Amino acid sequence: MSHINKSAQQLLAPIISNKKVGQYQQIIINVGDLASLCKPGNFVAINVGGSSSSMILRRAFAISRVSTSATFGGTMELIVAPHGQGSKWLCAQGEGVVLDIVAPLGTAFGIPTEAVPVLLVGGGYGSAPLFGLAEVLNARGCRVDMLLGASTGTKIYAPMEGKRAVNSMRIYTEDGSMGQPGRITDPIAELVKDLDIAVVYSCGPMPMLSAITTITNSLSVVHQCAVEEAMACGIGVCMTCVLPVASDDGSVSMLRSCIDGPVMDGSKVQWDQVGKQL
Amino acid sequence: MSSLDFSTTIGNTWFPAPTFTASGCASSGRELAQFFPLRDMGGVVTKSVMSKARNGRPTPRMAETPSGMLNSIGLQGPGIDAFIAKDIPYLVEQKARIIVSIAGETVEEYSTLARKLRSVSGISAIEVNISCPNVENRGLVFACDPEASRRVIDGVRRTIGGELPIIAKLSPDVTDLVSIARGVVEAGADGLALINTVLGMVINVDTMRPHLGGKTGGLSGPAIRPIAVRAVYQVHAALPKVPILGMGGVASGKDALEMILAGASGVSIGTASFGNPTAIMKIQNELKQLLIDRGFTSLNQAIGFAHRPEAENSDA
Repeated sequence: MSHINKSAQQLLAPIISNKKVGQYQQIIINVGDLASLCKPGNFVAINVGGSSSSMILRRAFAISRVSTSATFGGTMELIVAPHGQGSKWLCAQGEGVVLDIVAPLGTAFGIPTEAVPVLLVGGGYGSAPLFGLAEVLNARGCRVDMLLGASTGTKIYAPMEGKRAVNSMRIYTEDGSMGQPGRITDPIAELVKDLDIAVVYSCGPMPMLSAITTITNSLSVVHQCAVEEAMACGIGVCMTCVLPVASDDGSVSMLRSCIDGPVMDGSKVQWDQVGKQL
Repeated sequence: MSSLDFSTTIGNTWFPAPTFTASGCASSGRELAQFFPLRDMGGVVTKSVMSKARNGRPTPRMAETPSGMLNSIGLQGPGIDAFIAKDIPYLVEQKARIIVSIAGETVEEYSTLARKLRSVSGISAIEVNISCPNVENRGLVFACDPEASRRVIDGVRRTIGGELPIIAKLSPDVTDLVSIARGVVEAGADGLALINTVLGMVINVDTMRPHLGGKTGGLSGPAIRPIAVRAVYQVHAALPKVPILGMGGVASGKDALEMILAGASGVSIGTASFGNPTAIMKIQNELKQLLIDRGFTSLNQAIGFAHRPEAENSDA
């Protein structure tokens, strides 16, 4: 059964910094006390285009990190790829621009109750929320190893300070321009066995999440993935962002990735039925 | 601040405010209730419920278009029994006024749904959705066929008896909307919901195929508002005594007022809630103020105002 993230609030939040980081834009917004309600995996829905825009739907972005500082109070960091019209608009907004946001939305990554070894797998800028997650896992006493991958080196997002909370970080690019040549999925099976991994956390494109699930299913290791599906509302009313997910009794139903996700149990998502008629 | 009677009446049912959710845009109600108390608006129009649980159409189900969006949900829902067991009690507990929207594949299915709802307490009205465009066979859209529309409403009316108001939800994708409206009113509809989404399509130029999993979808949002205003205006002109719930791209108090002036007794808000979870509260407050600013002392005085001759308009 769905559990709505009851801490969601609508807020006018000013941008306090917006700068280019490689191919992405790092946007930091002032969200006050809301920061304390955000957990790794949650997302934010932001109005784009201004009040007279023809873009009527909010855009959903993973919250990559929250922090509290004496100068700014609670802040939220987003790593945005300027892909479509909406994200391009957001990336072009300067300091002081006030954004209409709704957050935190969706499910969060589950944190193990014991200090077990975990593997974090991030594709492209999907790695962004994994650094905040790494800090939480590290604080729990987990040994955190990280795998990042992309088609090419410029699409890898790996901030220097992000490495603090991880034991090791390996990078794979398909064209070999950064790290080792190959796909991010190549070393997973071996790493899970060698490091005795209990939980694999992943965030990135859907085909990557599907491929990881195939591996984790064969190793019977838990796989928590943050899914990505086109959303109109982000708050559970529009029913557009659904994915076929099996329940404990085996029956498959269309669950909303905004409420039952974005973090889902990879082994329950019916990857081969995504986009098909149930 | 001058006093304003903001209430409205549909059939024999009184609502304290003329603002409603649009069917299919409020899920179970729990989702919007995080942002404002459901009892603060006129009423909740539920997602159209069918006899059996339904998975709906494959993804992608959504495409944003200029000032609008296409959706292709296909009436995903829990089915009437689970709906009555879980969703209605929640809405009753929230003290929301409830308009239950029903959809069927056959005339009989609509009657069966009406029979199940007859004994459920806490319902203010029934919306009969005969115009959902997201069904496998577009030929099944009852609202495109005057005779089929009439038979559905007649069946529901006979089953439900005389107590609960019936609102027929119609499609703008027809040649003669007024004759379909007249037909359903003669068959026993107490009110009309105008308009359902407009059938549309987006083709992805990269894959060079229809973008939506269901190929076609329903267009909603401000892009269709002039179509909705026209539909409300035309039907109100022909059937001035029949209350209309106006909808289609209402995103501000001004948009809501346009619907009221065209002849709507209330407005439903759908797509605007996707972009802004508190849209209904915003629209309600703005509409109230706009009515007061124009010298109206009741919502009722403004309904259909655009139809009145200029001379009469001067002493509003």
